[in-house]
Amino acid sequence: MPSTWYRYASPATFYAFAGHWARLFALAAALLCIAGLYVGLLVAPTDAQQGEAYRIIFIHVPAAWMSMFIYLVMAFWSALALGFNTRLSAMMAQALTPTGALMTFIALWTGAFWGRPTWGTYWAWDARMTSELILLFLYFGVMALRNAIDDPRRADRACSVLTLVGAVNVPIIYFSVQWWNTLHQGSTISMTTAPKMAAIMLTGMLLMTLAAWAYTIAVTLVRVRAIIVERERGATWLSQLPELRRMRA
Amino acid sequence: MTTLVPATFVVRTEDGAVLRAFRWALARDLKLALRSKAELAVQLLFYVIVATLFPLAIAPERPLLAALGPGVVWVAALLASLLSLPRLFATDAADGTLEQIAHSPWPLPALVSGKMMAHWLTTGLPMALLAPILSVQYAIDGVAVWVLAGALLVGTPVLSMLGGIGAALTLGARGGGSLLALLVLPLCVPVLIFGAGAVDAVRAGLSVAPHFALLCAGLLIAIVGAPLAAAAAVRIALD
Repeated sequence: MPSTWYRYASPATFYAFAGHWARLFALAAALLCIAGLYVGLLVAPTDAQQGEAYRIIFIHVPAAWMSMFIYLVMAFWSALALGFNTRLSAMMAQALTPTGALMTFIALWTGAFWGRPTWGTYWAWDARMTSELILLFLYFGVMALRNAIDDPRRADRACSVLTLVGAVNVPIIYFSVQWWNTLHQGSTISMTTAPKMAAIMLTGMLLMTLAAWAYTIAVTLVRVRAIIVERERGATWLSQLPELRRMRA
Repeated sequence: MTTLVPATFVVRTEDGAVLRAFRWALARDLKLALRSKAELAVQLLFYVIVATLFPLAIAPERPLLAALGPGVVWVAALLASLLSLPRLFATDAADGTLEQIAHSPWPLPALVSGKMMAHWLTTGLPMALLAPILSVQYAIDGVAVWVLAGALLVGTPVLSMLGGIGAALTLGARGGGSLLALLVLPLCVPVLIFGAGAVDAVRAGLSVAPHFALLCAGLLIAIVGAPLAAAAAVRIALD
């Protein structure tokens, strides 16, 4: 088993592998997104209490889930990068960061648009919103640190340490914010007691979640290929790739 | 097997090396810090001035000030602590001392802990001791004053240690202070919440024990984890 895994730890092998799977996942993302939007926007009925505004959950909930999940995956790759000193693990973490930040931003933005008609405000210091905002800052921190260090290998390891420190902190932040929230203000709106969701709405949401998942994988693989090309530009295997040869010809 | 574990986590040293390294780094950094007393005074003045600006910017009404006070003092302490962080490693890195320290047979996490402790003794501790005076500005009185000072006493070491990780990570990176702020401030949120929350709790007639328990828990996690992370970051910066 390990030999197979180690084989894919080589950027040269992974480059082709990633290209193959990126295409498949991009296709899956497109199909799932069409299906999810069809169910969400056309099939699912209007919500009795929230009207049409609830339909934002079809993008909001998947984005919020992905925002947290991507951080965990980043932490996983960062741990591998530090522990095994593999270049590709750090590249994966690097490739995931912008998508994680994007998902966090989408979750916050759509949340604000949902909050305006439903709660009457774009922003409330709700525990989830606050921790999501701090998560966005953590993503920005990792990206900023990466940009501030010139040597990519040093940046890899520094970002890995930062990501892991952040990963320890994320649950602490979440619970502290939640507790602070309950202490400070008796929130009039409760998000925790979600009403039972109609099966068709749940289907739409799950389809969109899978679409977001496939999108994240596809985009990350494409980005990791770009990172490989950038970092390995001196390597012989890279200059012999058919697509690069065609470009030069 | 050793290849699977980062070098920082493998500690192979003689008995008592950890404490000796800690004491040595602490004594050295304290001596250096006390040589530039003006610099220390400026940091404390920054803390006092930030805390003084808030009543001027918002209306100086006693109930409002009493409600905002603990939070303002905490944010001021956070910023002042942040301001002095570059000093923690940058000067040593600039003249090559840090490299020599990292090459010493003593465990680097212990040496880094000593430096963090010195940072706290020269910033966090005086800020906690000044807090009762700032409380007067904010119409905080009675037990709340001591709760605020006590929370700062327990919470500011965590700020020094989280800041130490950030300071080590940004060694040699472009962007200096503002990058450090971006890295460190989000991580400090829990300390801020429980620290300022303790004062709110005592003013609301609730028990402060849970806040202090959580602050202490955070302190313990930081004591265990932060020196390892900061030492790893120092090694990365020196490579």
